[in-house]
Amino acid sequence: MIFDWQPVVLSIKLATITTLILLLLGTPLAWWLSRTRGWYKQPVAAIIAMPLVLPPTVLGFYLLLLLGPNGAVGQLTQALGLGVLPFTFAGLVVASVLYSLPFVVQPLQNSFDAIGLRPLEVAATLRASPLDTFFSVVVPLARPGFLTASVLAFAHTIGEFGVVLMIGGNIPGETKVLSVAIYDHVETLDYTQAHYLSAGMVGFAFVVLLVLYWLNNKKSPGAA
Amino acid sequence: MRIVATVSCLFVAVPVMADNVRLAIAANFTAAGEQLIQQFEKTTGHSVKASYGSTGKLFAQINNGAPYDVLLSADEATVIKLEALALAVAGSRFTYAHGTLMLWSAKANMFNNPEHYLQAAQYAHLAIANPNTAPYGAAAQQVLQQLGVWATVQNKLVQGDSIAQAFQFVATENAEAGFVARSQVLAWKHSGSSWEIPQHYYQPIIQQAALLQPGKNHPAAQAFLNYLQTAAAKKIIRDFGYGVDE
Repeated sequence: MIFDWQPVVLSIKLATITTLILLLLGTPLAWWLSRTRGWYKQPVAAIIAMPLVLPPTVLGFYLLLLLGPNGAVGQLTQALGLGVLPFTFAGLVVASVLYSLPFVVQPLQNSFDAIGLRPLEVAATLRASPLDTFFSVVVPLARPGFLTASVLAFAHTIGEFGVVLMIGGNIPGETKVLSVAIYDHVETLDYTQAHYLSAGMVGFAFVVLLVLYWLNNKKSPGAA
Repeated sequence: MRIVATVSCLFVAVPVMADNVRLAIAANFTAAGEQLIQQFEKTTGHSVKASYGSTGKLFAQINNGAPYDVLLSADEATVIKLEALALAVAGSRFTYAHGTLMLWSAKANMFNNPEHYLQAAQYAHLAIANPNTAPYGAAAQQVLQQLGVWATVQNKLVQGDSIAQAFQFVATENAEAGFVARSQVLAWKHSGSSWEIPQHYYQPIIQQAALLQPGKNHPAAQAFLNYLQTAAAKKIIRDFGYGVDE
C-alpha cells in the first residue's frame, strides 16, 4: 500500500503561507491595538477575535457567498482577472488568514503590552526613529510573542476542517488538505490510511503544545 | 370487572401507542423524505427523527453501531452489503424509488449541446458528489467516463460531501454546472438549465430501503416501511421526481 503524502504536503504549504501572511498583517494590527486608546479599540479587537467564537460553518457559509461569483469580493477578484476563489488554494489561504487571525494578533498584542512605554521612551531619547525603535527594541523584546503567534497560527491552520470542507471542494493537490483527507478515509472505511494520518496528527499536536509550553516557561523566568 | 376493562384497554392501546423511529436517509431524498415523514407522523401519531447524509457516510455510521431503525439508501449495493453483514434484517429490503441523474446549472440556456458542453470543458468547476460515498457521484463518474473525459476534467471537478453539497455548489454559482438528482432540480424555485442524462450513460439508480437491526423490535419502524409502499407515499415520491414500482 502506498501512503499518499499529497494532503500532508498541501496542509504544510497552506499553514506556512498563512503564517507568513498573518505575521505581516498581524504585527501592525497588534501594535496598533496595543498603542491606541480610542473608543474604537474595543470594537476592532472584538472583530478580530470573532473567529474564536463563530462556528467554522458560519465563516464557510459567508465566505462561499462573499467570494463566489455573485459576492462582493468575488466580483472584485473577477474584475481584477483573478477569477473566483472558492475551490482554489488561494481561497483556502484567504479563509485560513481570517480563521487564524486572533491566534496571531492576541499573543503579539499581549507581548507588546508587556513591554510598556519605558523602553520606547529611552529609545526616543537616543534619537531612534519609531521604525528603528520597533525593529531594534520592540521585536527582540516581543520575541516570545512572535514565536507563540507563529506556532499557534501554523498549528491552527493545520487543524482547520469545517471551513475547508465548505469552500474547498475536495480537490486533490489543491484543496484536499490533511483533515479533509482523514474525513474521506473514515467515510470510506479506509481506517488504515485514516490511522496513519490521525496518529501523525496526534503526535504533531503534542509536539506543538510541548514547544509552546516550553516557550511560555522561558518567557517568564522570574515567575518561578 | 372494572380492573379487567382497564387492563384490556391497555392491551388494546398498545398497537397504537406512539413510538419513535430513527431514519437514515440518503441526501438526494431529503425533500421527499421530509414530506413523507410529515404525512407519516400525521396519520400514525409516531414521531420520526431523520438524519441525512451520503449513503456511504450513513453506511460507515451504521457499521459503527449508529442507532438507526431504517435506512433509505441511494443504491442497492449498500443495502445488500448491510444484509450480508447482518446489520439489516434479511428479507426486509425493497426498492422505494428509481433515481434520475441530471446535469444542472443555475444559469439559463447552458446545455444546448450538453455532451459537447461536458467534453469541451470550458467551465472552471464542475460539481459532483463524492463518487466513493455517494451513488449519484458514482453515476456522474460513469457519465464522464462514457463521454471519455473523466481523466481530463479531474482538475475541474469539485466534490461535494454529498449530493446536497454538490447541488449547493451549483446553486451558489461557485460551480458553473454539476451532476445532481432530478428531485433537487424540481425543488429549485429559481431559473436554471438542466439536462436529464440519458439512461445509457449510467447504471440505473435503484434506491432501496431496509429495516436495520435496532428497528427490529420497533413496530413504528416497520410501520414506516409499510407506509413507504402505500399508494399515497408512492404519489409523493413520484411528485418529487422519482420513478416508483407499481
